[in-house]
This record gives sequence, structure tokens and C-alpha cells, in this order.
Amino acid sequence: MYDCIVIGGGVVGGTILRELAKYKLHTIMLEKQSDVCMGQSRANSGIVHAGYDALCGTNKAKFNVAGNKMMKEYCAELGVKYRNNGSLVVAFSDEEKSALKELKSRGEKNGVDGLKVIGIKELKKMEPNISEKAVGALFAPTGGIVCPYELTIAAIGNAMDNGAELLTDFDVVRIEKRGETFDIFSKDGREVKGKMLINCAGLGGGKIAALAGDDSVRVMPRKGEYILLDRESGNFVSHTLFFAPTKLGKGVLVSQTVDNNILVGPTAVECDGTDTTADGLKYIMEKSREMCPNLPLYNTITSFAGVRAFCDRHDFIIEESAKVGNLINCVGIESPGLTSAPAIAKYVAEEIICKRLLPEKNEKFNPVRKPDYFFKNLSAKDKNVLIKRNPSYGKIVCRCEQITEGEIIRAIKENPPARSVDAVKRRTRSGMGRCQGGFCQPQVAEILARELGVLFEDVTKSGIGSELVTEKIK
Amino acid sequence: MKEKRSLTCVECPIGCSIEVEVENGVAVSVKGNSCPRGKLYAENEVVCPKRVLTSTVRAKSGEMIPVKTSAPVKKTELMNIMKEIKAVHPELPLKIGDILVKDISDGANLVVSG
Amino acid sequence: MRNCDIVIIGGGPAGLAAAIAAYDNGVKNILILEREERTGGILNQCIHNGFGLTRFKESLSGPEYAARFIEEAKKRNIETLVGTTVLSLSKDKTITAINSTDGVFTVKAKAVVLAMGCRERSRGALNIAGTRPAGIYSAGTAQKYVNIKGYLLGKEVVILGSGDIGLIMARRMTLEGAKVHAVCEIMPYSSGLKRNIVQCLDDFGIPLYLNHTITRIDGDNRVSGVEISRVDENKKPIAGTQKYFHCDTVLFSVGLIPENELTKGADIPLSPRTRGAVVYQNRETLIGGIFACGNVLQVHDLVDFVSEEAEIAGRGAADYVLCGSGEKSPIDTTNGRNVSYVLPQKIDKNVAGDVKLFFRVSNTFRNCTVKAVSGEKTLATRKKKIAAPGEMETLTLGSNVVESVSEPITVLLEEEN
Repeated sequence: MYDCIVIGGGVVGGTILRELAKYKLHTIMLEKQSDVCMGQSRANSGIVHAGYDALCGTNKAKFNVAGNKMMKEYCAELGVKYRNNGSLVVAFSDEEKSALKELKSRGEKNGVDGLKVIGIKELKKMEPNISEKAVGALFAPTGGIVCPYELTIAAIGNAMDNGAELLTDFDVVRIEKRGETFDIFSKDGREVKGKMLINCAGLGGGKIAALAGDDSVRVMPRKGEYILLDRESGNFVSHTLFFAPTKLGKGVLVSQTVDNNILVGPTAVECDGTDTTADGLKYIMEKSREMCPNLPLYNTITSFAGVRAFCDRHDFIIEESAKVGNLINCVGIESPGLTSAPAIAKYVAEEIICKRLLPEKNEKFNPVRKPDYFFKNLSAKDKNVLIKRNPSYGKIVCRCEQITEGEIIRAIKENPPARSVDAVKRRTRSGMGRCQGGFCQPQVAEILARELGVLFEDVTKSGIGSELVTEKIK
Repeated sequence: MKEKRSLTCVECPIGCSIEVEVENGVAVSVKGNSCPRGKLYAENEVVCPKRVLTSTVRAKSGEMIPVKTSAPVKKTELMNIMKEIKAVHPELPLKIGDILVKDISDGANLVVSG
Repeated sequence: MRNCDIVIIGGGPAGLAAAIAAYDNGVKNILILEREERTGGILNQCIHNGFGLTRFKESLSGPEYAARFIEEAKKRNIETLVGTTVLSLSKDKTITAINSTDGVFTVKAKAVVLAMGCRERSRGALNIAGTRPAGIYSAGTAQKYVNIKGYLLGKEVVILGSGDIGLIMARRMTLEGAKVHAVCEIMPYSSGLKRNIVQCLDDFGIPLYLNHTITRIDGDNRVSGVEISRVDENKKPIAGTQKYFHCDTVLFSVGLIPENELTKGADIPLSPRTRGAVVYQNRETLIGGIFACGNVLQVHDLVDFVSEEAEIAGRGAADYVLCGSGEKSPIDTTNGRNVSYVLPQKIDKNVAGDVKLFFRVSNTFRNCTVKAVSGEKTLATRKKKIAAPGEMETLTLGSNVVESVSEPITVLLEEEN
């Protein structure tokens, strides 16, 4: 019997799992896919929003501003890259420029520090590659960037290091409520029992709530496509550049990433799926060129799409179900969900779970996760110490991102363990670079087969059904 | 009755366009080649096209060993030879030129090529 | 820190040939750094034949061609560190490298030869719409899986791009039992060798769709199909021309990119046309003592040319170590009408000897003349029955011709009226 069952291995579930690990609670995470972080936390903009967008008084506003203030320390504890690069909402007309003032005053009401409307001269100084048509911008110095999958995986890994459990490929098909407890069944016949059920299922949030007996949650998908540029162009912009927001959201942004790529996107189309479209990619290219006409789109290394789950309330739902006791719904967590996650997790743990279960503090909780990757950032001396202890750190597998065999082996062994090529990629960046795995994929697959003790034919790109090769020849 | 055929020579990277006149299944004139190998290629191509087959065999220890036929073999035989070499599992060590199968087709041997 | 006369980055065909040539020209203290576990480079997985026709007058497999150079390097006891990746190169010719036994270490060289080769352009770089399931490979990666690892990637295959590796893989996959439904080429001509169209596609009845591209890839876990479309003269897909293929594998053979990350790190000027370093005829870059050759300098289609170029670079590096560098008297070369690039980009008139210009034409031409001109003077000329972008062209300027030149040299192609 678990005290808490978290359904969904995204950033919200992950940060909640970690927060719960600070208490003497028996906690488990159930993830439908072969790996954690396979839904919207895998493919989004990776922006730590300042908090001026959300309407005053909403959950979005509250958690965004609180999450933003927590993020730096949160990432430092987990060894996750975070950069406070600052955001700019760029105006292209006087009308838009006056809207910036509105945005500024909303942000201030939300509690965002340091907002400032700047003129074209200052904007040009901050971003020399900005369009000549820009007239000014709202500068949010607290805006930042983080790698969304790195954060999610680190939070879950740290929770597991502190005792939380994880089951993957656990596709929930039935939930029975017996008295005060939940009995949860997976498609493949596994069963998990627990007292509190925390629904962080993202796009599946409505389905999970309904299985538990609450049919009031409506979650809808919105697809966003992105284009990623080579690190070679990484300094083309330094801040996160937004257009003035519209009804559909924040629109296409142009931003540096923490790994020094340039990310442009997303589109916003209300549909499911992670496929890109010719029209979507074309739109991103056009919009991003409006922002920066000389954007080196020829340096594209990949394009991808992610899905955001939003709900009909157009605000985060973070509350106990009115229909089903002990079911805590954390759904509709669209942007700024990544920024808000640490604050949402703190709230769910302290204000909901602790008040219900009155757990003792886990004195042994260690908040620190120390990745020895990314190896490439270590000094030559530290690298040599590591190579002497473990020679596999001397073997570069991914040449584009300079990732060693040692890092890959560690990603396979450490929490949460990587079991596929894409899982290794999200943990180590092997295959994230300009050749997109062309050189390293066969080698990563070989390391996976060896470390997991499986046949080469059974190594997958991303879970069962995505095997890399079909059969041995001869 | 003379028949004209256009070929692209595969003997070297130049890839000459060759015109062949065929009479009674035999080349009677070859034009467009820039070397004697091209003429020979065209003459053979209209009678019985032949190719060197390159592939791999799996050594007993598991490694893949590059192999080829020591001379061109009938194009129509390529798939049959592929089937045959599936069953070839030599022991290491091997060196370039080692014969794995004598006369695998048309008098050509299957030899180690790497 | 170790000291070396010449460090060669890369132990593929270019690096090996450069090392041997440098040795034979009097420099014995040479170190080759190779990231793979054995030398030979990409040739190790190119098991098909047709290598070495120019150089050895016979048709060798890739590994056979490589073996001849590996053998020569061994005879000369040229030191090679395998499993060693170079992390950075600086202008002063200090190299930082890493491997499992020595850890991170630095080598100071008197001369450096860049021979890192190239990488394949990936699907990601093309912005092709659709999903990202398993079953999408660049042709060279597929070649590694099939030839080195010994696994079949799929049974129903569509290939985008008719570069040589794509064509070779069409045949290879067919021989191993897969069905190749189509090879699509966005250009009106194949960028591969004509003989490969014949012996890799025509021999097996594999259709080549010129002026076509893949417009969508479908599939959740595994590729389930692709949509291809005809493109217009601007390479834009034409609506209504879609064709659909059910398949489980898509291979990309859409171009090779010189791997010049180390070069860029050392601030060595590159040519936007070749994406490799700007070099003199001895293959010295604009940073004295750093040379480049092989696919890292310009993408070759024939390894014979790679070896030839690498020997020039190896000799150049040896000369630099033994004699230092003299005053240069440079003349620029440029690409004129119907030519996409010329290499070397600079000719040092103070260096004696003939200069062979390597260049590519920008389209397919019949009955044409390629020419090197300088001002009003025609320096060299050759008639061609056919010239195509897929095949590298050359023109040789005699040493007396080079000496007489005072204006930039332009290489161009004239069509017959």
C-alpha cells in the first residue's frame, strides 16, 4: 500500500514526486510510456517565464511567479543547467508598444520584479540581430531558460534516489476506489494500491480523472512545432524574444537554449500528435524571420512537435476532486507549467498531502543530484581523475556533443534508468547534435544491449515497437 | 537484323555512354567507349551481363567479413549466390584474398575483401 | 605536453596517405590521431568495389583500398593512437585529445594535417514534415548497421537522395532481402556516379524519381509510409503530385558536410562554397603550418582523388617542418560561369611546380569546354562530352603558366552554341 501514487512522469509529476520524497511517505510514480518525460515535458520551449502573461489572480500567475523565484536554486540542487538570460517582448508598432505597458503593469501586480519598457536603441544594444522594424520591448530580467527534460529527469531521479519508486510502461486502464484507497490496474495486468492519487497525466489527465470517478475534467491538446538550430549559431540571440501575446498564446519565440542552440517556435494548433507539418514549419520560419531577418535557418539540425494539454478553465487545476476524495488533479498545466512546476509541487506536497497524511519529515532526504556529466564542462584535471577511475570516460561516443561512453553507461544505470536510444539522448545529449545520431547511434545501441543484457535486435529507439534493426543477417 | 542498344559503361567512374549494334545476339560494333575495357564491357553486356558481387559473411566469432567474387558473375545469379553465402561462417584469422568458397559461380571464387 | 613534428587528425584514407607522404619526404616524427578503434575511416564500411581504379588500376573494395595504406603506414612505423578523439585545436598547433589510457592530453605540433572527413546531412536539417519514428537513417549509418554490425534495418525501403552512398545502399539492402520501392532525387539529375545508377538501381529494377522529394513521413513507433511529391524548378513540392509508399525504412543520402568544427575552433578561414578551409596548392590553410585534405577540405566522390590530395598536404607539411614557410605571392582562384567552386582557392607563385585545379560544375552539360582564364589569357582548356556536378573535374596549370599569371584565375565552363 502506497501513501501516494503519482500518475504521469512529466515535470509536474516529477517535481511532486521529489517534493513528497522530503517526507516519510511511501510513494510511487506510474508512467504509461517506456520512459519518463515522454509527453509535453519532452518538447516545449524550455522557458522560465517571468510571470507577466498570466491574468492576475489565476493559478497560472501565482505559481509562475513563485516557480520563477525558486528555479535557480532548484536547478542548482539537481545539477540542471539554468540560465537567467532575461526575456524581451518585442513590439513592432506603437500600438503594440502601448500594449507592453499593460503587460508591465499586469506583471507588476503578479509580483514580477524589474520589468522595464525599453526603446529601440536599448533593444538593439541587447539584441543586435533584431529586426529593423522593432520599435521597443518589455524587458523581463527574471526570465530564464532551462532544459525541460533534464529538469524532469533530474527531479524524478532525485526522488528515486531518496526512496520513491517508478513503474514505466504502466498504462492505467482501470481505477477502483475501495473505501479510502485506490486500486490501479495497468493494461499489462499489474496492480498498484495507494491512499492518495495525484493525477499529473498531462494529456491523459481527463481520462485518469474519469477512471477514478470524476468526469468533470476536460483536457484538450494543442500542438506546437519547433525548429532547432546548430550550436554554431547559438549566440545569434541571447535573450528569449517574444512577440506581443495574442489570444492564442505567446506565439513564436526565438531563444537561446541552455545548451546553446537556438530554438524557434512554437505553432499553436488545437490538435493531437507530435508530427510536424510543412505549413507549420513554414510558418515558424516566416515568423522567426520577422523577429530576426538574418536568422541562420540554414543551420537547422532538427524540427519537432510537442503537445500541450490545456483545460476548458484555461487555468491550472490543482485541487482535490470535488467528486472523488483523495484524488488530487493537477491538470491543464500548459505554459507556464514548466516554470510553475517546483511551486506547484511544493503547494501540492505541503498544502494538500501533508495536511491530509501528516507525514514526518524525511531527515535523510538529500536534495543534491550530482551528475558527473556533462563531462565536457569539467576541467582537464577533473576529467583525468574520472578517466583514471573509469576509463570509459575517455571514450567519446557522440562526437558532436562530446559525450563519453562513461556518461552513457551512467545514464543507463542511474535513476531513472535509460532503456532506449532516445532515453539515453535525453539524459546525456548523445545524438542531440548536428549529425543527429548518425555516427553515435549504432554505438549507443551496442552499449545499451551490453549494459541491459539484451540482444542488439531488441534495442529500441523509444520503447517496444521502435526496434532499430529488424533481424540479424546471416 | 541489326539492333541498336545504348549502355552506360560501369567499368570506371567516367561512365561512358556506349552505342552497341547487335546482330544475332552478338555485338558487331561498339561506339562511345573511351578505353578497351569499355568495348569488352559492352560486348559482354549484350550477351550475358556480369557483375562482381560484394557482400559480407559472418565469421564464427560473429564479426562481419567483407567478401567479393574474384571475377564477375552472371547478373541473374546474384541472388542465388547471396543465398549460398549466408551459410558461410569462416574461422578467424583471415586475410584479404583468402578463398572462402571455390568456384561459387562461373569459375569465380568467393574471397575475403577486407 | 608531448611534442611532435606532424600531427595528423584522422586516420582515414586522407590521414593515412598524408602521413605516408610526409614520412617519405623526410619527417619521421609523425602522430596520427584516430577516433575509431582502427584506421581506415569510412572505407571500412564501404565493402563494395570500384575503389582504386586510377591509382592501382584495379577495382578494390573499400577495406582493400584502406589496407594498402594501413600496410604502408605500418612499414614506416608511423605512430597511431586509435580510440582517440581530438577535442580542440588551437592556432599555435596545440592539440587537446582524449582517450581511455592517456586521459586528456595535449600535443604541440610543428605542423598539423586536418583529415577529419565529413558527416552526412541528416533528415533533421531538411525540415521534412511528419513524425520521428524508428526506421529513419542516413545512408552511411545504415551502411554501418548492415556491413559492420550485420543487421537488416527493414524490409520495405524508400531512399531520399541519389548520392553514391544512397545508390550503393539501395543495392546492398536489395541483396540482403529488402525491397527498395523508390529512390527520390529533388534535382533533375542524380548526384551519384552514372555507373552506380546502372549497377545499383537499373540492375535491380529500382525506380529513380528525379525532381521528387519526400513530403511527409508517417508512423508512430516505426515508419509506416512516406508521401513523395514532384517538385517545381524552385524545388518546391507541387500540390496534387503526391505518391504514397508503404514502407518501414527511410534512408537519407542528401549530401555530405565537411566536419570542420576543429577547424572553426582554431579560427581557420573556411570557404562558404566548399565548407572546408581555404587552401594554397600545397593544401596549407591560411594559418601557416596547418594543412587540410580529403573530405574535410572538399567532398570527394573518388578516394583516388582523396589520396592524391592528401599526399600533396603531407608533402606540404613535411616541407613546412623541414624548411619553414617562405614569403607568399598569392593569386586567387574563383569559380566563373557554370562552375560551383575551385580548389585550391589560392596559388602561391613562389612555390614551383604544376598546379592541378579541382572543381565542380553546377549542372549537367553536354559538349562543353572547361577553361581556366586569367584576365585576357586562357591558361588551360579541355573539351568534355559530358560534365556533371557529381563528378569532380580537374585542369592542370603548368609551372611556367603559373609563373606568368598576375591576375586572379577564373575557372568556367562554356557550352557549345
